[in-house]
Amino acid sequence: MASKFFDHGKLERNVSLLAIAALVTVAIGGIVEIAPLFWIDNTIEKVEGMRPYTPLELAGRNIYIREGCYNCHSQMIRPFRDEVERYGHYSLAAESMYDHPFQWGSKRTGPDLARVGGRYSDEWHVQHLKDPRAVVPESIMPTYAFLAERELKAGDMTGDLTALTRVGVPYSKDDVAKANEDLAAQADPDADTADLLKRYPKAQVRDFDGDPAKLTEMDALVAYLQMIGTLVDVDAARPLENGPQEGAR
Amino acid sequence: MDKLVMRTGGWFALALVAFAAMLAARDGGFAVHMGIVCAVALGLAVFAMRSADYGAYARGLVKMPADQGRYYDDVIRWGVIATVFWGLAGFLAGLFIALQLAFPALNLGIEYTSFGRLRPLHTSAVIFAFGGNALIATSFYVVQRTCRARLFMPKLADFVFWGYQLFIILAATGYLMGITEGREYAEPEWYVDLWLTIVWVSYLVVFGGTIIKRSEPHIYVANWFYLAFILTIAMLHIVNNLSMPVSLLGSKSYSAFSGVQDALTQWWYGHNAVGFFLTAGFLAMMYYFVPKQAERPVYSYRLSIIHFWSLIFLYIWAGPHHLHYTALPDWAQTLGMVFSVMLWMPSWGGMINGLMTLNGAWDKIRTDPIIRMMVMALAFYGMSTFEGPMMSVKAVNSLSHYTDWTIGHVHSGALGWNGMITFAALYYLAPRLWKRERLYSLRLVNWHFWLATLGIVLYAASMWVAGIMQGLMWREYGSDGYLVYAFSEVVSAMLPMYLIRAAGGLLYLSGAIIMAWNIGMTIAGAPLRQEKPMHDADYDAAADRPLPAAQPA
Ligand code: HEM
Ligand code: HEM
Repeated sequence: MASKFFDHGKLERNVSLLAIAALVTVAIGGIVEIAPLFWIDNTIEKVEGMRPYTPLELAGRNIYIREGCYNCHSQMIRPFRDEVERYGHYSLAAESMYDHPFQWGSKRTGPDLARVGGRYSDEWHVQHLKDPRAVVPESIMPTYAFLAERELKAGDMTGDLTALTRVGVPYSKDDVAKANEDLAAQADPDADTADLLKRYPKAQVRDFDGDPAKLTEMDALVAYLQMIGTLVDVDAARPLENGPQEGAR
Repeated sequence: MDKLVMRTGGWFALALVAFAAMLAARDGGFAVHMGIVCAVALGLAVFAMRSADYGAYARGLVKMPADQGRYYDDVIRWGVIATVFWGLAGFLAGLFIALQLAFPALNLGIEYTSFGRLRPLHTSAVIFAFGGNALIATSFYVVQRTCRARLFMPKLADFVFWGYQLFIILAATGYLMGITEGREYAEPEWYVDLWLTIVWVSYLVVFGGTIIKRSEPHIYVANWFYLAFILTIAMLHIVNNLSMPVSLLGSKSYSAFSGVQDALTQWWYGHNAVGFFLTAGFLAMMYYFVPKQAERPVYSYRLSIIHFWSLIFLYIWAGPHHLHYTALPDWAQTLGMVFSVMLWMPSWGGMINGLMTLNGAWDKIRTDPIIRMMVMALAFYGMSTFEGPMMSVKAVNSLSHYTDWTIGHVHSGALGWNGMITFAALYYLAPRLWKRERLYSLRLVNWHFWLATLGIVLYAASMWVAGIMQGLMWREYGSDGYLVYAFSEVVSAMLPMYLIRAAGGLLYLSGAIIMAWNIGMTIAGAPLRQEKPMHDADYDAAADRPLPAAQPA
């Protein structure tokens, strides 16, 4: 297609030109859309209460990812009347600010989990994970009984916390150094957890799987489930939403 | 001789490194993967030793050049076989997870077979293994024919093919063992990503190199699309997979981005995996095989230029339509919506260019079953690229998001467009690559066509009904002002739809099995099946070679 201004034949005869032109063409959209998110302030509004995951919660989250729960469960409540009623206050951007990777999901084969924390008892969760149909007869979720038997082998959690620090999660030196102690202490009813609670406000400390003798994968997963969506006091966050920075949550 | 020592030694060294990494691994999954790498490297070392041509080494370093007067087709033959194989594996996995959603007992209570681990296995097997092998094989075929030049660096092309298979094996076994980065279509962990990067850069070198040594002055339109696909996938893959490994001896890593930024980067990647892997690359296939099979030139050169540049420009912007009404800032959602709607035009430009190529040869839809597959592929391409922009409109998406409607949309594109055009290309390639007079049977192609079409219709129709039902039931309020349905009630309402979908999947898989048989018999050189003849495109084997000018002096 030759015109006065531009001869496409040039591109068709020179593969380097063609490649460069194509690469520039495909780079533009991404740069314009994605780059601003990293420096525009109102991408994530500041809210009270967000803190990094405790080592036990993080281990539980890693199990959530390992088992592919995100294939069926979303963690992103949209601002519609029915969703807010069904699942709770819609999700705020800040609530996933420490999520490497994000787990918003794209399909609700099962219900949204963005605010599942505190909705059910630990016993319900353990029973449900072992045999979903025992508590929800219509459920089509797989059974995860093996989690209760398997000891939590998270390995050396200082490595995990260090890696997360490197990508920007604000764990303190103390947090990293005590990662392995914290992991065990959070699920041990007899442990002294005052220090843990100071560093991780609102952390829930107890035996989660009904078997205090063992620290299992079930402990970790239930600890994670019980804290999702509980950190931010969403009602306190509300006045900010309609402020000048409209459009960001 | 030196070369032999170097090569064998190199493989042995790699095997040793992998073995050491296996022993020192932080987790079992990583150990298994290093074990696989070690075994592959050992196998290659032994192979390098045994297949060495000692006679040639003795005669000195005069290496007989391979027959430069022929195209390099070995790797393409492997590619055809791999495409058929992974297609069957991926469809079977799809059927199995479809049945799991209807009968949860099929999760079998063991971790390795649970839906959450098998679903990524299905998506990767069909997109990356089936689709990816089809793209690599056809691109190597097409670039040689349209450049009238032998493939650049054939050994590197072999590496691309086998390296890609290793990527698939590592990714697939990883999912089963629970090794995943937890983001759709970008699940493989950091070391598998690194491996793919090496393979992909080699792919670019082979493909670009062949274009450079072409003996045709112009670069054919199919190659623009292949080139854009290879470049863009490289860009997307590298940026989206930036992550921080916990240890160099363990499989786990944490994404470099978090929350909103991670979401948008991931869907910038995810949508353009659709746009460049499943669309641009497959359009390239369309631009070569449709004119060839129809024995007519591409309808409009002008249209192909306009739709090429607008397609690759617009696609990149559309990612945010996967994040409507989420915590992503509104301006980004709106941009995503607007560009998605505009994307409808260049998409249909491609469909029109393909369909109108049949101008003057419409009768072949009746007589030539391969053409019929291509037309069906283009029709489904047109349908899903109409549906997609519609679902990108925020109001529609508020209903369709999170539901089976999305699944229906995916599969009308995947089964109808990607599947059908691939099958047609495979049927075109098999007799030509193995120098057969024609396919073992054209009637069986016809059977495949109808089974696949029926399968898609069942799949898409059931998922539309399921999706819209879900969307409406979730938001239904009673006169008392309360939500009418519990989530679990909506789940149980899906059962009939899931059964119909599984039936559709079974039909589609059956069609693919017939194809495997047909292509297998063609490869084996079995006598042609006795049947009433159907039309097929002509093939002149003598003309199917590089131009003499392309030979080194
Ligand atoms: C026999 C044929 C097939 C069957 C029975 C089948 C079945 C399924 C099922 C049951 C799911 C999970 C849906 C859910 O989570 O609710 C799925 C997801 C998916 N399949 Fe297939 N599939 C088939 C072929 C294909 C092909 C050929 C492709 C691509 C080339 C494909 C691409 C996908 C993708 C991308 C998803 C994920 C969709 C999403 O996340 O929205 N499938 N498939
Ligand atoms: C103009 C072209 C297209 C547009 C604008 C488009 C738009 C969309 C939209 C709006 C969604 C739903 C996102 C959500 O609510 O979660 C979607 C999902 C999807 N589409 Fe398309 N689509 C197009 C063409 C195609 C084609 C040709 C394919 C080929 C297979 C395809 C494959 C997919 C896949 C795999 C998903 C599911 C992603 C996921 O959630 O996992 N799309 N698309």
